[in-house]
Amino acid sequence: MNYSPLLISLKAAIISTAINFFLGIYSAFLVSRTKKLKGIMDGILTLPLVLPPTVVGFFLLILLGKNSIIGRTLLRFNTSIMFSQAATIISATVVSFPLMYRTARGAFEQLDKDIINVARTLGLSEHKIFRKIILPNSFSNIMAGTILTFARSLGEFGATIMIAGNIPGKTQTMSVVIYSAVQAGNRHLAYNWVILMASISLVIMILMNKFETNKTYNMGKGGNQHSLCKYEKKTR
Amino acid sequence: MKKKLGNFQLDIEFEIDNKTLSLLGPSGCGKSITLKCIAGIETPDEGQIILNGRTLFDHKRKINLLPQDRKVGLLFQSYALFPNMTLEENILIGIRKNRSNKKSLVKNIINDFSLNGLEDNYPHQLSGGQQQRVAIARMIVNEPEILMFDEPFSALDEHLKWQMERELIDIINKHLGEVLYVSHNKNEVFRISDLIAVINNGKIEDFSTKYDLFNSPKSIYSAILSGYKNISKVQRVHSNKILAIDWNLEFQCNDIKDNISYMAIQEHNLDICDCGLTENTFKLSIDNIVENIYSNTIVLSNIEKSNVPIYMEIPKKDFNLKPKKQIYIRFPKEKIVLF
Repeated sequence: MNYSPLLISLKAAIISTAINFFLGIYSAFLVSRTKKLKGIMDGILTLPLVLPPTVVGFFLLILLGKNSIIGRTLLRFNTSIMFSQAATIISATVVSFPLMYRTARGAFEQLDKDIINVARTLGLSEHKIFRKIILPNSFSNIMAGTILTFARSLGEFGATIMIAGNIPGKTQTMSVVIYSAVQAGNRHLAYNWVILMASISLVIMILMNKFETNKTYNMGKGGNQHSLCKYEKKTR
Repeated sequence: MKKKLGNFQLDIEFEIDNKTLSLLGPSGCGKSITLKCIAGIETPDEGQIILNGRTLFDHKRKINLLPQDRKVGLLFQSYALFPNMTLEENILIGIRKNRSNKKSLVKNIINDFSLNGLEDNYPHQLSGGQQQRVAIARMIVNEPEILMFDEPFSALDEHLKWQMERELIDIINKHLGEVLYVSHNKNEVFRISDLIAVINNGKIEDFSTKYDLFNSPKSIYSAILSGYKNISKVQRVHSNKILAIDWNLEFQCNDIKDNISYMAIQEHNLDICDCGLTENTFKLSIDNIVENIYSNTIVLSNIEKSNVPIYMEIPKKDFNLKPKKQIYIRFPKEKIVLF
């Protein structure tokens, strides 16, 4: 068995998770702070989660294809994003972004407002509040979001096949190889990849559950009774 | 200062000068919001907030300082300690940037608040009382110009409350500036503050010294909040005589003003008499007896003429009354409050 799909998938998943980690947290921070246009911003950022991946792929095709501004500019340098490994990374990033953004935003908004307000009256700058209070107190939720993002990127299919295609050894990811194996009637190969894919996903979910249970232990019971109640409700 | 929240309209105006003012009122009357507006966490719609000559908020001049720049200390009901920091870090982060010798400052305050030995504990490892001390210490090291407390004792057990209250009074006495205290507990408020503002439905109903409030409330809400249980609508029937409509009783009173509409008397200010010959003395029947820890409250009514109860508190030690009995009760003229 040729393991290149595993490597391509892993590469796309790792890089897109890393990008989304920062991008998702930062967007969540911005959105939780805005008052106007909050709904619209949230809607746009969550859209890739609810749209069919093929639709996301179609948008990316229009945005990055040969006739787009980006595509034409890249053509001048004799490169193209379409049907390259970069495309697998981009599609995985876009499709999994909402998971990171949503969990981070949820985590920020779940925090006891009083804690943030008291930090303000104590004179801490908004950035310091974010670094020293908001982030550490939503750490476990953010880790859970990261794992979800990774899992989603790893299994990305629809948008990937639209903009990255199915080039063995170059853009053929695990989900794509399963699809082509079934198409080609190669049941045996499909089985192998399905088993691998299913085991990876299972391990990820076990890891995540482990994290969730550890969370109650590590983070303790929140700061005060007030957040304790909230916290327990959440973990149940 | 004005603020609209849905159907609720907050409209509050007061001025204090190096005194402790309590905002007393039922929950949802706008006390906490007032503190939050002063701290800059909520923004009023109209009005101005000035602290020691500094304008914190003025809607006409479009001034609205960030909470960070207001130098106000607000103690939250939940204490709002940072759960990811130890006790020491919680206090350390409260010290403003420009201070040197932060470490020794923290050490001193930890000593002052008898929190020694707990420096490395996280908030969830501390008891309610300790958490509160940390929150107050964090507020004090921040050197605010005004201290504000939002129902600080509501989350504490009864036995802790008393001790914490004594400590809080010490802190308030040491603070050279204004103190605002929010509570719905009349006893707490009386012990802690100089001035009391009774707030009802977003408005100040009564603003006076604590003695004036408890001895002569100016509105029915102040009377209820300062613990008057016997309140009746009245009608003036003579230059020095009023009719308490709810009880159907006529009282002799001094200095009756023209615009009075209520009378009130504290339940412990009623006297039992042997006969009905003295002034303001009526024959009432005992409907019920409620037993408290140290006293009994007897529920009285004016037989057949009214069923609105009159409450009277009697110490337990010389208690020999039984329900259904009829007794003479005197309402001392000087204890009757009219408003």
